[in-house]
Amino acid sequence: MAKHRELGLTDSEFELICEKLGREPNDVELAMFSLLWSEHCAYKHSRKLLRRLPTEGERVVMGPGENAGAVDVGEGHAVAFKVESHNHPSAVEPFQGAATGVGGILRDVFALGARPIAILDSLRFGELDSVRSRHLLDGAVRGIGHYGNSIGVATVGGEIYFEPPYEHNCLVNAMCVGLAKTEDMVRAAAAGVGNAVVLMGASTGRDGIGGASVLASAELGDGDDAKRPTVQIGDPFEESKLLECCLELLGRGLLVSLQDLGAAGLTSSAGEMASAGGVGIDLDVAKVPLREADMEPFEVMVSESQERMLAVVEPARVAEAIAVCEKWQTGAAEIGVVTDSGHVRVLRDGEVVGDMPVGALVDGCPLYDLDPAEPDGWIYGNRRTLDEGASAGETLLALLASPSVASKRWAFEQYDSIVGSRTVRRPESADAAVLQIPEAGNAIAVSIDGNGRRVACDPYAGTIEAVLECAQNLACVGAEPLGLTNCLNFGNPEKPVPAWQLDRAVSGLADACEALGVPVVGGNVSLYNEGPEGPIYPTPVVGMVGELPDPARACGSAFAKEGDAIGLLGPFAPSLAGSELAKLRGELDVGLPRPDVEAVAAACATVRDAVRAGRLSSAHDVSDGGLACALAESAIAGGLGCRVDLRPLLERGCSPEEALFGEGSGGFLVGGERSVLEELGATSIGAVGRTEIEIAAGDCSIAVPLSDASGAWRSLSTQLS
Amino acid sequence: MATTRARVLIRPKEGILDPQGKAVERALPALGFEGIEHVRVGRMVELEAEDPERLGELCEKLLANPLIEDYEIERLDGAP
Amino acid sequence: MRWGVLQLPGSCDERDALHACSLLGEARLVWHEERDLDGIDAVVVPGGFSYGDYLRAGAIARFSPAMEAVAEFAASGGPVLGICNGFQVLCEAGLLPGALLLNEDLRFHCRQLELIAEDGATLSIPAKHGEGRYYAPDGALDELEAKGQVAYRYAPGENPNGSARDIAGVRNEAGNVVGLMPHPEHAVDPLTGSTDGLKVFEAVAEALA
Repeated sequence: MAKHRELGLTDSEFELICEKLGREPNDVELAMFSLLWSEHCAYKHSRKLLRRLPTEGERVVMGPGENAGAVDVGEGHAVAFKVESHNHPSAVEPFQGAATGVGGILRDVFALGARPIAILDSLRFGELDSVRSRHLLDGAVRGIGHYGNSIGVATVGGEIYFEPPYEHNCLVNAMCVGLAKTEDMVRAAAAGVGNAVVLMGASTGRDGIGGASVLASAELGDGDDAKRPTVQIGDPFEESKLLECCLELLGRGLLVSLQDLGAAGLTSSAGEMASAGGVGIDLDVAKVPLREADMEPFEVMVSESQERMLAVVEPARVAEAIAVCEKWQTGAAEIGVVTDSGHVRVLRDGEVVGDMPVGALVDGCPLYDLDPAEPDGWIYGNRRTLDEGASAGETLLALLASPSVASKRWAFEQYDSIVGSRTVRRPESADAAVLQIPEAGNAIAVSIDGNGRRVACDPYAGTIEAVLECAQNLACVGAEPLGLTNCLNFGNPEKPVPAWQLDRAVSGLADACEALGVPVVGGNVSLYNEGPEGPIYPTPVVGMVGELPDPARACGSAFAKEGDAIGLLGPFAPSLAGSELAKLRGELDVGLPRPDVEAVAAACATVRDAVRAGRLSSAHDVSDGGLACALAESAIAGGLGCRVDLRPLLERGCSPEEALFGEGSGGFLVGGERSVLEELGATSIGAVGRTEIEIAAGDCSIAVPLSDASGAWRSLSTQLS
Repeated sequence: MATTRARVLIRPKEGILDPQGKAVERALPALGFEGIEHVRVGRMVELEAEDPERLGELCEKLLANPLIEDYEIERLDGAP
Repeated sequence: MRWGVLQLPGSCDERDALHACSLLGEARLVWHEERDLDGIDAVVVPGGFSYGDYLRAGAIARFSPAMEAVAEFAASGGPVLGICNGFQVLCEAGLLPGALLLNEDLRFHCRQLELIAEDGATLSIPAKHGEGRYYAPDGALDELEAKGQVAYRYAPGENPNGSARDIAGVRNEAGNVVGLMPHPEHAVDPLTGSTDGLKVFEAVAEALA
């Protein structure tokens, strides 16, 4: 097979490269083009779609295109954040795949000059009766814990879902949030002809060579073992030293610009820095500190060894910068220079071994239009696991015990959620994580959400729901959204159905963000998540950051005290379409009701203001498993039962089942004084008290002891031990 | 200067609970390996030393924790 | 009262410990290459993953210049508090008896739990570690108990790691060096948890008086 095809380039892409170079590329150049022109780096199939996303807002400090996005949180401070995927490496080696995913997203954030203060992760695997999925879950959770705990950044939130379409293509999305003084933040653009290019951090080995193009631009099939050598190994201790070093260098004004090395290593960071700055870069591979002897120039350029950063430094300050690296015991080597050639040139001991125009390398990749086609009905199959004759109470217990709904305590207790002393709301205590920012006199809230199954039912509506879910979670702790990051996890875009899913999802994302006034400040796309059985559920994962003035007022999700009234607030119009119950019954099908974004936004504002004023004793958004599960969750967390009647929902036209287990945006479960709830426009449905969960819904009724509900909801730990 | 290659094997002392060893042992039957017991998981350090006579001291002071670990030095140049 | 909090490569909770100490006096960070503990009344060796926990947790840190100074400081009676990784470092350095091993279930756990102090008080303090199982040979454990060197114990049912005799923290024979696996520095602010952790720092300060 022609070399270029082995590296993932199409014939016409290869011809285009030849055209741009005026000749055929040599091996070094071919390797570099193949990586930067891969889907993972070039966003060939998604870039045109992403232009639909709103990216501006008055609080935006850094938008898409930088290492991470950032928003202003007041008092001269900014919060940087981004989410990224590491799906294909995690499917091959879950511990290191997840660990290096965390390492990579941390670097994206501190490359801006922001100190990482929080990590969140969104994970998806096949069902737990699969040995493979249990292995992947276990490895990924240990890997995230290993990296995050060792480097000392709190993992404060996340989600885990189990669905058959992820069996052969697990999803590991890692989000990082960091804090910086706005004036200290730095961009990635290389600048200053004659400035030195300095490589910092770990030495360069053969890790992940070809990782980007080999893994992420192809569907995973048999023979995964052959791909094992391309998985990177992470070293959080090395990264902790590199992090402190970079922050000190930036604090002392020693760097002109900074870029992390991720997919495609030196090739992408040098290329992107040069492109952003409108300059050229010369790099000498003989000057790169190597972990393995005899590495060829192309290997040095595409190595994905972890824990490395590329900096541009004025020549007069190089010695000082290197001294800071030595203080922090991290490597530093001057490996190149910024030029005005507009080319990326690779040298070995002064001899040119590769020479490419920056524009061709970084921006010359063709962008493709999708050829979307709506599928004919539901393509993902169904499997009934719930007994035909299950009563409402048994159904509730089955839903609570369903791994996607159940408590994830088994996982989040493996993460350090408190280092840094900022965590005001630890995992599972509130709908969003809350971190105090004494530097700005306020606090931030963070949530990461997505539901691939519902997006599969209707990619447009389902994606809008994901954005609204985040906004509702933030509202429950009194936070107003400032910005959003997203990871789009989809199947093969060259096939019509995933193409259609991607197209509709991006439109949903754009429209929801536009309507809410929340800008997209950055994100990531992971395509080709597909195996012989078909594509994964189309899974846009949304991470949202919001601010709140007083962290002490952040409401918890647990019922707080006996006698509290319980209310349902917001335009909640539950439907069984796409619900967890429909899944358990094996009745999934296409179609989702269209959410009323304006009405949900208004409800968010109402809840947010009430929480900020301290008027509610609990706030919990209704999502997986519907209202019955939300009630049970608040009850279990508070150790208090409830007695609830859903007649008001029945009067609005819901069936008993829809009222109990239907899902959809716009439902807030709030607790507090009856008069307050009435004033807020909440529909009174009952009160907190006793030790049973009692829910009446027409001729359906539930009366489940709190201990039974708790046992079901906490059963994941037993299943996984 | 000539260096001696050596290998140090470090293992948990007998009598100390070794959960790693137990976990490996418990997992083996399900993977098709019967009849394996007393699994203990330790560490192996390989190095090149200019002064191999000091290896014992190195083990006592740093490579092993004598309270909880035993060690064994294997000189790879044939010398005892 | 002037506190010195060590900062080793890979320390994670040194700033948290610094903040806790500054609630009870003045506090500064002590860089791992510093040997000068002049003006410091009490030393805190903080939590984290010093040197990546490579080889064994705390095994490399004990050889740092600052730790050598801390050993001298302790030998002359200076109060030293080791938290989590700090406790591991002190055991590796021989300043405290015993060793910390991998948690029995081989997993890292972060959770709020209850400790019982020597005076019988119950403290609600978070623990977050993967290698916190306290071990010493039976004879040594008997001696520790007899000499009142068990400074903190996990409350019944709260032992997260299989520590011998539910031991969460120990004291040296002279009583000036104490180490515990849970993190009192993460229990000093009602906004982020309980404030029972202050009592651990106060106990160190009182020993000085």
